[in-house]
Amino acid sequence: MSATDLLVVRGLVAGYGAAPVLQAIDLTVPAGTIAAVVGANGAGKTTLLRALSGMIRPAAGQVLLAGEDLRGTPVEQLVRRGMAHVPEGRGVISELTVDENLRLGGLWRRDRADAGRALDEVYQLFEPLARRRRHLGHQLSGGERQMLALGRALVGRPRLLLLDEPSLGLAPRVVARTMALLRQLRDQTGLTVLLVEQNVRSALAVADQGVVMALGRVVTAAPAAELRDDVELRHAYLGF
Amino acid sequence: MDRFVFLTVDGLSRGAVYAAFALALVLIWRAARVVNFAQGAMAVAAAYVAYTVAAQTGSYWLGFVVAIVVGLLLGALVDRAVMRFVDHTSPLNPVIVALGLVLLIQAVLGMVYGSEFRPAEAPFSRSALSVGGVAVLSPYDLFVFAAIGVVVSGLAWMFARTPVGLRMRAAAFAPEVSRLLGVNVGGMLTLGWALASGVGALAAMLVIPTELGLHPHAMDLVFVSAFTVAVVGGLDSPPGAVVGGLVVGLLLSYVSGYAGSDLTPLAVLVLLLAVLLVRPGGLFAPVAARRV
Repeated sequence: MSATDLLVVRGLVAGYGAAPVLQAIDLTVPAGTIAAVVGANGAGKTTLLRALSGMIRPAAGQVLLAGEDLRGTPVEQLVRRGMAHVPEGRGVISELTVDENLRLGGLWRRDRADAGRALDEVYQLFEPLARRRRHLGHQLSGGERQMLALGRALVGRPRLLLLDEPSLGLAPRVVARTMALLRQLRDQTGLTVLLVEQNVRSALAVADQGVVMALGRVVTAAPAAELRDDVELRHAYLGF
Repeated sequence: MDRFVFLTVDGLSRGAVYAAFALALVLIWRAARVVNFAQGAMAVAAAYVAYTVAAQTGSYWLGFVVAIVVGLLLGALVDRAVMRFVDHTSPLNPVIVALGLVLLIQAVLGMVYGSEFRPAEAPFSRSALSVGGVAVLSPYDLFVFAAIGVVVSGLAWMFARTPVGLRMRAAAFAPEVSRLLGVNVGGMLTLGWALASGVGALAAMLVIPTELGLHPHAMDLVFVSAFTVAVVGGLDSPPGAVVGGLVVGLLLSYVSGYAGSDLTPLAVLVLLLAVLLVRPGGLFAPVAARRV
């Protein structure tokens, strides 16, 4: 493992009940890069993210974030270690307002002044949210919810962002904008992103590294550009 | 006219207590999706401790503070030591456990303090002051309104304006997402139980001096009324609990004053039935948010 690897996963086994979904996953994400995990339905992509953020307890294996073992760390502590997880369906709390959702993302921080600055930055980054501060979560459009969930994670100034299916149910234009934003954040703030996607094309277009999963295993991990050009691999696992 | 004014003030005063007690039920329901049937017994336990302290020290107010503190601690204890271990997959489980707690607490109180009524003194006069020849309000009524007004507005402020209130709401609405955002959901749940039980203890301290006195079952009927209030207002709605409490207090006062006090338990049940038939979510039920 090199000093620049932010996330290192070794031999991760996890699942629900007896039969593990993930079978010995190995994965490395260097700091300041975007990794896209792609694969068919049921490959274990979401389970991988849930195991990384501690929502399900791994049965075996190691998760290192910047060299620190995360085993036994409670879920609510992970955000303090610099890991933000935007769950599938995006997890906007629909009973709270836009402003409350965003503030919630920074409540754990001791540096209140910087939490306030981060909040302002997110409002600048997502201008539509600033116009709808007092609106409830369930009054937002799909694209706005996407912004809100992403913005809420960014208020915590994470080092590693776990994103589960950000393109789900969104118009292609919105997806493209989101992907471009991830790239922009990576370049400007050094954010590291682990992205799980069904939308293979747009995910690989923005990612540095592509990780193909099938049936709970990593089939291959390679530079995204290579995966895009590898016709056989695409046919075998990605269906295009 | 005199009678109407008296019944109205009396109804509002009792209604304020119902409101507080119903608010306590709503707090726990929102946080844990449990209807805390043990709340009456827990509140009585706090009141017993308070009156013991007051008798030992001669200070009602020390006892009053002790009641609130014991209420808070008892709520936290019930959550941490009992409810945390109950399987919540069926809503019946916590209900049965809460009913078991009622039996346990009332039995222990009966063993320690005996099961006869003990006089519970009010800190202020309960005889009404006259305004223009019409008996209006007693100092004790004023105390009840003030105490509950302070607690209700304090809670409203806490939930709407403070970081801990935001955390508690978030933890109640979306526990999983809240944990991902660094909220200690278990801690918020315990805090919710503690606050609710503290409010319940306050309500018991306010209502017991207006009734027969301290008894292990002293809050049973208040609990039934408060439960009705919570259902009428909507178990998810704190403003519903407050408004519902005042309305039910008034209704019961008029029924008891004009139709006879035998009819009040019946009136409570008729109201409960009517609301459940017409609007089972409660009169103040929020429009269900569409989940996408």
